[in-house]
Amino acid sequence: MRYSGFRILKEALTGHKGWTPQWRDPEPQSSYDYIIVGGGGHGLATAYYLAKEFNQARIAVLEKGYLGGGNVGRNTTIIRSNYLLDGNQPFYEFSLKLWEGLEQDFNYNAMVSQRGIINLIHTDAARDAATRRGNAMIMNGADAELLNRDQVKAMYPFLNFDNARFPIKGALMQRRGGTVRHDAVAWGYARGADSRGVDLIQNCEVTGMRIENGKILGVETSKGFIGAKKVGVAVAGSSSKVMAHAGMRLPIESHVLQAFVSEGLKPVIDGVMTFGAGHFYVSQSDKGGLVFGGDIDGYNSYAQRGNLPVIEDVIEGGMALMPMIGRARLLRAWGGIMDMSMDGSPIIDKTHIDGLYFNGGWCYGGFKATPASGWCFAHLLAKDEPHATATAYRFDRFLKGLMIDEKGQGAQPNLH
Amino acid sequence: MTQSNRIAGGQIDRSQTFRFHFDGLPYLGHPGDTLASALLANGVRLMGRSFKYHRPRGPISAGSEEPNALVELRSGARQEPNTRATVAELFDGLTAQSQNRWPSLKFDALSINDRLNSFFTAGFYYKTFMWPASFWEKVYEPIIRRAAGLGSLTKLEDPDEYDKGFLHCDILIIGAGPAGLSAALTAGRSGARVILADEDFRMGGRLNAETFALGDQSGADWALAALAELASLPNVRLLNRTTVVGAFDHGIYGAVERVSDHLPVPLAGKPRQTFWRIYSKRAILAGGAIERPIAFENNDRPGIMLAGSLRAYANRWGVAVGDRTAVFTNNDDGLRTAVDLQAKGVDVVAVIDSRENSELLPGIRHLRGAEVTNSAGRLGLSQITVRMADGRTETLKVNALGVSGGWNPNVNITSHHRSRPVWREDIAAFVPGSGEIANLLVAGAAAGSLSTHGALVTGDEMARKALEGLGISAISAKLPKAEDAPVRIKAFWHVEGASRAWIDQQNDVTVKDIKLAHQENFTSVEHLKRYTTLGMATDQGKTGNVLGLAVMAELTGKSIPDTGTTVYRPPYTPVALGALAGRGRGHEFKPFRLTPSHKWAEEQGAVFVEVGYWLRTQWVAKAGETEWRQSVDREVLATRKSVGICDVTTLGKIDIQGTDAGAFLDKVYANTFSTLAVGKCRYGLMLREDGIVFDDGTTARMGPNEYVMTTTTANAVTVFRHLEYCRQVLWPDMDVQIISTTEAWAQFSVAGPNARNLLAKVVDQDISDAAFPYMGAGNITVGGLRARLFRISFSGELAFEIAVPTRYGDAMIRKLMEAGAEFDAVVYGTEALGVMRVEKGHVAGNELNGTSTALNMGLGKMVSRKKDSIGMLLSQRDGMTQADGLRLVGVKPANPAEALKAGSHFLKTGAAATAQNDEGWLTSLVYSPHLGHHIALGYLKNGASRIGEKMRAVNLLAGTDTEVEIVSPHFIDPEGERLRA
Amino acid sequence: MIINHPILGPRDAQEFVYLGDASLIHRPDGLTASIEAFHDYTYLRANPAGLHRELWYHEQGDRSWLVVTRNTVTHEITSVELARDVARSEGRSK
Repeated sequence: MRYSGFRILKEALTGHKGWTPQWRDPEPQSSYDYIIVGGGGHGLATAYYLAKEFNQARIAVLEKGYLGGGNVGRNTTIIRSNYLLDGNQPFYEFSLKLWEGLEQDFNYNAMVSQRGIINLIHTDAARDAATRRGNAMIMNGADAELLNRDQVKAMYPFLNFDNARFPIKGALMQRRGGTVRHDAVAWGYARGADSRGVDLIQNCEVTGMRIENGKILGVETSKGFIGAKKVGVAVAGSSSKVMAHAGMRLPIESHVLQAFVSEGLKPVIDGVMTFGAGHFYVSQSDKGGLVFGGDIDGYNSYAQRGNLPVIEDVIEGGMALMPMIGRARLLRAWGGIMDMSMDGSPIIDKTHIDGLYFNGGWCYGGFKATPASGWCFAHLLAKDEPHATATAYRFDRFLKGLMIDEKGQGAQPNLH
Repeated sequence: MTQSNRIAGGQIDRSQTFRFHFDGLPYLGHPGDTLASALLANGVRLMGRSFKYHRPRGPISAGSEEPNALVELRSGARQEPNTRATVAELFDGLTAQSQNRWPSLKFDALSINDRLNSFFTAGFYYKTFMWPASFWEKVYEPIIRRAAGLGSLTKLEDPDEYDKGFLHCDILIIGAGPAGLSAALTAGRSGARVILADEDFRMGGRLNAETFALGDQSGADWALAALAELASLPNVRLLNRTTVVGAFDHGIYGAVERVSDHLPVPLAGKPRQTFWRIYSKRAILAGGAIERPIAFENNDRPGIMLAGSLRAYANRWGVAVGDRTAVFTNNDDGLRTAVDLQAKGVDVVAVIDSRENSELLPGIRHLRGAEVTNSAGRLGLSQITVRMADGRTETLKVNALGVSGGWNPNVNITSHHRSRPVWREDIAAFVPGSGEIANLLVAGAAAGSLSTHGALVTGDEMARKALEGLGISAISAKLPKAEDAPVRIKAFWHVEGASRAWIDQQNDVTVKDIKLAHQENFTSVEHLKRYTTLGMATDQGKTGNVLGLAVMAELTGKSIPDTGTTVYRPPYTPVALGALAGRGRGHEFKPFRLTPSHKWAEEQGAVFVEVGYWLRTQWVAKAGETEWRQSVDREVLATRKSVGICDVTTLGKIDIQGTDAGAFLDKVYANTFSTLAVGKCRYGLMLREDGIVFDDGTTARMGPNEYVMTTTTANAVTVFRHLEYCRQVLWPDMDVQIISTTEAWAQFSVAGPNARNLLAKVVDQDISDAAFPYMGAGNITVGGLRARLFRISFSGELAFEIAVPTRYGDAMIRKLMEAGAEFDAVVYGTEALGVMRVEKGHVAGNELNGTSTALNMGLGKMVSRKKDSIGMLLSQRDGMTQADGLRLVGVKPANPAEALKAGSHFLKTGAAATAQNDEGWLTSLVYSPHLGHHIALGYLKNGASRIGEKMRAVNLLAGTDTEVEIVSPHFIDPEGERLRA
Repeated sequence: MIINHPILGPRDAQEFVYLGDASLIHRPDGLTASIEAFHDYTYLRANPAGLHRELWYHEQGDRSWLVVTRNTVTHEITSVELARDVARSEGRSK
């Protein structure tokens, strides 16, 4: 079924009887050519592009809970490609370009909205770093602008310009950055994959991997053994748990990142903003909630919930930046499990086991990467070689000393 | 306006009258009223508009679960959006405005959405607005954004203060209804340290809203007596107006006390609200239960509310919502509303009871086996349609309808750690599940004991259980005799109908939307929630979630527990962001650290700059200097010509002592320190374990087993932490003790050709070159006062750093400047410091960026491979030792008149500005007054072998493309003759 | 969270700085270890969902490094030891 305004009109006039399930709930077959473990954004995107762009078939996505129930459904919905390093920037720019055509591609309105992102600058050194970054972005085909204080003030006059502990000196802006309705991304990919024959199997947890002679034969699941020629794992915060079934230890720790939304408010913040002197970033959803976040709690956790110190720290940052939000109210706080890698950058790579592939280590940057991650992982699965924009995302970069460390924090996941 | 709907009784103070305004119209009310009760007393039922369809709405509840009656309270900078009128305490002079409507509450243009509802089904927006792609941001989204949202922010700074506090107790009791009071009495009398918190301004919970007797007292009087006893106990703290909003790890709860929200403005010195972090050994949740509605067509009109709330308005606030009332119920509790209202003289037209076999109410028209099928009334209820047991329909003229679909135990907080509630068929509701939060007990209605007797008994029981766990012997109160009616309910969720029946009133989620979600396979509870927005409104589904789940269960043919459960996330009710931020805003966002010479520098008119939490002198403008460069150039030239002084106290200082001190430094530094002679300094390079440079600084050997380490300002804390880690975790048997002395010593750099001449006037010892050579270090005295002297230089000049105990820092800067007068000594700030270090080619923060190796910095030889040190091995990885990797270079514009910009990238002449052609970037840029043009440092691929090459520094952000020459990073005195002078 | 410091008693976790897996105690000797072994030590983690022994530093307190055994699913803490004691008992010396 193709979605359109016309279709809505027709259904509205005929009692909405024609809408069909957006995806099936099939029973798993005994084997597939490809099994994607993880029905989150990256897994669903991988299956979609495998079928659509790489013309592969006999594909299943196994999800232990419900589709889109992981970080794709619990993030702060920001997209951008304002990365610095050669290993990252082309990949995220590829992702942003895919976002720009995504809705027409999968016929689902994910509300990709390029209302711009600014990273505020508070010191001269930060301006130097932003200049370096902005130039790197442009040299990689992205857009970037350096704003001065007055330009920021014209955009957001209610920021704390007069009484700030750390004065605002400008901002690095990417106009093509913005937000996306996160759940719709999962659903759009799910519907697109399903309509191309991909079996999306919910409530199906992978409990083991059958590996013989260094080659994967399939996975044990809560619904029994399912054979596969190739298995791709894209399970974010559960990466270590799933890859342990293959006996692997990963350069990844799982941490909780909390995110927050306020009660609905009339429009006040148009784009996305990050505070350079505190742990705070914010945008306003189309429904009116201020969606914001900050740092991870900082300790290993699989609990999908955090604690007060970070909640208070994040909101302090918000009040320091925007003293007008004091009377708005926090509506909901939630936590997601982040697959924090050792250099803050992801891995999309083969493993030492024939037929087993891994996609993870997204830290808290996974949402914006969803389209490119799916595309590049599908490329790797289908062609057995990395996509041109993802060649640096290798397991062995740590052994070779080729870390992609945007923040310069070293082998400590909770600092990335 | 008269209080037309005010009836006798209630816990309001009629001896005082408050005046207030809603949407500009004046009304009267009394102390004890909420905004909602006072408006209802004045005959105002219409208080808001719904989110999507802009349907007219009045309150459905009398508490914090309210989805509809949201207003903008107060005006000006104190205006707060989305305040629930049902919990806003009335005060004299209160003003409130309706929200999410235009031009007025009664005539809302966007109520056109209601007419178009057949297009605006759940998730319709995912299926359209996609063509053309550019129209989303330009056309569709702006319209949607303007229509969305509820109340508005003024964009003015919040003028009120907020506090944070920490409380500790043995037992935290959440909720001061019958269960909470019973628990508090037992715990309090037993001597435990108790905190009893309740969100209401009047404690007592449902006891204030019901007419039952407890023993020979009314419920409200019993509550007052219990509270009086609790208030007399020194070990009990009563916190009314305090909502416990979240359960966190290890017995920590967050709570918001609304200290001043019942006042026009906070009293002087008082915060608006206080956010408490409560540390409890045990907690007892006695949060009661929340009534749920039954869905039927047009069940959302003002005047239709929860039955228990309808009687709460009558019993507690002396308000009859309407003069012709009906009740629609599926359980016995709903009948109480009819009985109570009739006893108050309100005309109860009928009780519509979905059960066929319930006990017949005497003296009231009790229609059993009947259903309310529809309602009418444009801006408020005027009639309902009832389908009788025999199928006949009848229209009843009523202007108030109480609806009861049963009561949901308030499990909210018990699921904050993601444990799932369990279904209890006998009460048709979820109760807290097992695996609940450690040391959290649940009592009363929250645990499914829905009678008053049950609340009192379980409150006592849970208090005893908590006391037992704490090893405190329990002293229980004798509980009064109280009603113990069984729960008689026959689950009934919604009335079948062709039109819309609301489940989530604020977000306009109807039974039809849930049917559509089912039709499109959004059947898991989480999909249902996200697709329809059920339970995502400001009430977080407190009244609607279970109903929505039940409708989905009907559609799937599964049981309710098989369909799913509802899990709540904190906060329990929305919390003002100001309260969570507390006082950490404005200048108080982070502490200031001031250098010992700060006061003196202020007197000189210094300009300060934030360096982490420190404020450092950036430069000092002298008379006639209008541009910062004039001041900085002067400071640099004067220092290089004669002598300048800079406060360098912010650099980290760590004393390291012990017989293994030297061996320890050999482990933590890439180069060797055990061989350093006593009385000498050495530049040290510290790596992270991954081989990247962590920090640098000079470290001096003050004695055989005593070193003084210097770190950068930025890393003072992290280096110290790292040293503790190395000492305790990696090499626990090393005899080495460390302490941070950053704040113990005021330290000044004295640099320039006259540095020695100046210092010689100040210190007691001989500091001639022979006595105190380059890189010398030692303990000295200044007028008899102990001090430390290091002959080290960041500026490239003959320089010393002199340290005195911090409390003498102010005296020291004054003495140095006085002694320097004859040499025309200047003070120089961080800008001049930066100029001189670039002129000398020293790396600093922009080069020590967390991704650079010693090799990148041109310091590769400093990493000793003869010993094991942190980072030594991994710094040798192939990817980090490539010959053509980045190297530190000096840069100058080919045309000295041209300016450069830090952050520019290097490109070969003629190369296109693409990432493939990127050769590196310009890290630090200064204007050298000494050389008369811009100079810079940068990282350039294979830079060390490209000295003399001409290339371009390109800044695409500003559109500049400048020819530069790659030079040695040592712009002045490359041989170091000045340092050794 | 609350960490029951073995010397100081219960303290809010906010006073502490977190480092990570206590396997970091077992640092190989850089002069004898292979780069591969050092890579595994520096970069690879078990990252269990369940009991996790981890290093915390009491920065706003007595500067003790602690080994905390904590469940990463429930956050329950079952033991807290001085890291120096643990390191010694696991063979670390100078």
